[in-house]
Amino acid sequence: MTEQNSYLDMDLLRFTTAGSVDDGKSTLIGRLFHDTKAIFEDQLEAIEKSSKQRGDEHVNLALLTDGLRAEREQGITIDVAYRYFATPKRKFIIADTPGHIQYTRNMVTGASTANLALILVDARNGVVEQTRRHTFIADLLGIKHIAVCVNKMDLVGYEEEAYEKVLQQYTDFASRLENVTDLTFIPISALKGDNIVDRSENMSWYKGPPLLYHLENIYVGSDSNHVDARFPVQWVIRPHSDEHHDFRGFSGRVAGGVFKTGDEVTILPSGFSTKISKILKGDEEIDEAFHPQSVTILLEDEIDVSRGDMIVKPNNQPKISQDVDAFICWFSGTKKLTKGGKFIFRHTTKEAQAIVADIRYKVNVNSLRKMEDAESFDMNDIGRISLRISQPVFHDSYRRNRNTGSFILVDPFTNETLAAGMLR
Amino acid sequence: MQNYNLTHLEQLESEAIFILRETAAQFERPGLLFSGGKDSIVMAHLAAKAFNPAKIPFPFVHVDTGHNFPETIEFRDKFIAEQGVQLIVGSVQDSIDRGTAMEESGPNASRNALQSVTLLETIEKESLDACLGGGRRDEEKARAKERFFSHRDAFGQWDPKNQRPELWNLFNGRKSPGENFRVFPLSNWTEMDVWQYAKIENIELPNLYFCHEREVIDRNGSLLAVSEFVTPRENENPSKQTVRFRTIGDATCTGAVQSNASDLDEVIAEVAASRVTERGSRADDRRSEAAMEDRKKQGYF
Ligand SMILES: Nc1nc2c(ncn2[C@@H]2O[C@H](COP(=O)(O)OP(=O)(O)OP(=O)(O)O)[C@@H](O)[C@H]2O)c(=O)[nH]1
Ligand SMILES: [Mg+2]
Repeated sequence: MTEQNSYLDMDLLRFTTAGSVDDGKSTLIGRLFHDTKAIFEDQLEAIEKSSKQRGDEHVNLALLTDGLRAEREQGITIDVAYRYFATPKRKFIIADTPGHIQYTRNMVTGASTANLALILVDARNGVVEQTRRHTFIADLLGIKHIAVCVNKMDLVGYEEEAYEKVLQQYTDFASRLENVTDLTFIPISALKGDNIVDRSENMSWYKGPPLLYHLENIYVGSDSNHVDARFPVQWVIRPHSDEHHDFRGFSGRVAGGVFKTGDEVTILPSGFSTKISKILKGDEEIDEAFHPQSVTILLEDEIDVSRGDMIVKPNNQPKISQDVDAFICWFSGTKKLTKGGKFIFRHTTKEAQAIVADIRYKVNVNSLRKMEDAESFDMNDIGRISLRISQPVFHDSYRRNRNTGSFILVDPFTNETLAAGMLR
Repeated sequence: MQNYNLTHLEQLESEAIFILRETAAQFERPGLLFSGGKDSIVMAHLAAKAFNPAKIPFPFVHVDTGHNFPETIEFRDKFIAEQGVQLIVGSVQDSIDRGTAMEESGPNASRNALQSVTLLETIEKESLDACLGGGRRDEEKARAKERFFSHRDAFGQWDPKNQRPELWNLFNGRKSPGENFRVFPLSNWTEMDVWQYAKIENIELPNLYFCHEREVIDRNGSLLAVSEFVTPRENENPSKQTVRFRTIGDATCTGAVQSNASDLDEVIAEVAASRVTERGSRADDRRSEAAMEDRKKQGYF
């Protein structure tokens, strides 16, 4: 029974892998599962069988996450795989992302919901452009914790010197980042299992803990904003039944702050004020709701409220503007972003039109220098733009609140997701 | 100071409810794929919460292979009546009779793959533009790659190499006419999460999930229940065993496991100690290395 209670109380760490192609991300996740006995017997059997068929020298643990046919054929990760495991200390949601530059969009997908990034670096090659790109993206996404795994130590004779060199290179680059507050380095061999679950005997010069210990014990404070109350209305509940004839509830997920019964609130964009009469979580009445709870809010007065509106507090309102300034990662390989370009803008529960008012600059991911003469964004370009939106957007800066500060741009013709954006 | 933290199950619940509401809001005619298995029951339970006190604003869809455990259909009909939702049944037998699907022949014939045909036909007939499924990423390696909002082209095909990026909590359900989506609110749940949630929420599940005596045969390592659809072959000796099911699907390919777990606590303890995945007992996934991916590309759940 106690074991079960602890399962229910366990906290959750979401982390992503990142780094250049072939640096060992998938092998590392496979190794982590293998050495914690989190691979099931039928999975391991299947992996052993495939490895043998492919003529691999070792059991290829990357096959645990590289589950698509095309991935196995090419030996690379194409799309992010989500994997789950729990130790007695923590529950983990892992996104194993591709290192190949062509699939950067999938790396961003995996990293957008992570609190920690494991950046893999091949000890032989050191920090390369893709390491820098992924590090920069992780930083832009607001990931505060980075663990750099200097991998393939077995191929450099487990020498401290090789590790020190990578550490130096990476630290130089990371010193120019804005958000990362916690940087840890661990020398590992994903293939052989050094410093993954147990401390490696091959690297006695390394005094820190193995990777799993780090993941289990690192303190990752909540990235929730419990200060600025924001409730984007997602769906209006109007039961057409006699019993609930006058019921009108506004459903959604609290995007920030705390809402309590009796609180005075303002509805955007109408600006009307009223009070919260009731809060429901499913069929249960609760006194207060906070991020990231999905609830239904009932108001004292009959006010017109619909999807895309936002419930806030009168004395703490978001920025309200049709002109926004943002960092974007451009994903499309077929479409460019240029000044005057028109897109669909999706933000919280709202959808609107957007026109690119200005391209401010692109960032060179190697030097982190601004390139101010940029005229267009191509696949994998990152930089700053200004947008004019067809309606006022209720937002906060991404740094202050991921939920009200993030958006995507969608192609009005193909419906593809073209870019990820972070509001300033 | 109040502690504003959610347990991981509360986070998963909130996420699933968000997805269910987003589906109702972004699509004109969604349907909830209801098989009578534990995942679809939990999903239906979450849907009831998401729209309370209103009724669930979309129909349930059952793709019926005709090879059911009688308990499943009984449970389904009772559940539908309680929820007061509409049930759409797409019948594999009808597809076969129409000639749009062909019964497999041979020793391991199953209607599992035919479900895709019937599902796509049902989607078209009912003009469904999104189907909510109880699939979880921890079930299988191809599923581990799937988005919450998973796009299907006009042929119902999944293109795993070219999925839309899916960022933060922003879900892009835009599509061209004829295309549709599969939506998976339980993507981030594990089998253990589903059982734990069923327990704390007191969710009623079919008896098949708990131990009972049953006549079974061992076929290619799966314990199949002897029924009108599974008859023992010459060299197979049926025996009475105490078993339960970890997943419930087509009776011809869903294997039972030997078990004495008679309630949720015991099932949870058993799952915690288990060394094989729940799909390890399903013959449909064992056909080939990429069996699931191949079926999904053709429109499978
Ligand atoms: N010698 C040695 N080889 C390794 C180690 N880690 C990974 N490899 C090998 O490096 C190759 C690439 O490993 P993957 O795990 O697929 O690399 P990845 O980073 O996931 O690659 P992408 O996902 O395609 O970006 C495989 O052949 C691995 O066996 C290591 O620690 N030592
Ligand atoms: Mg990989």
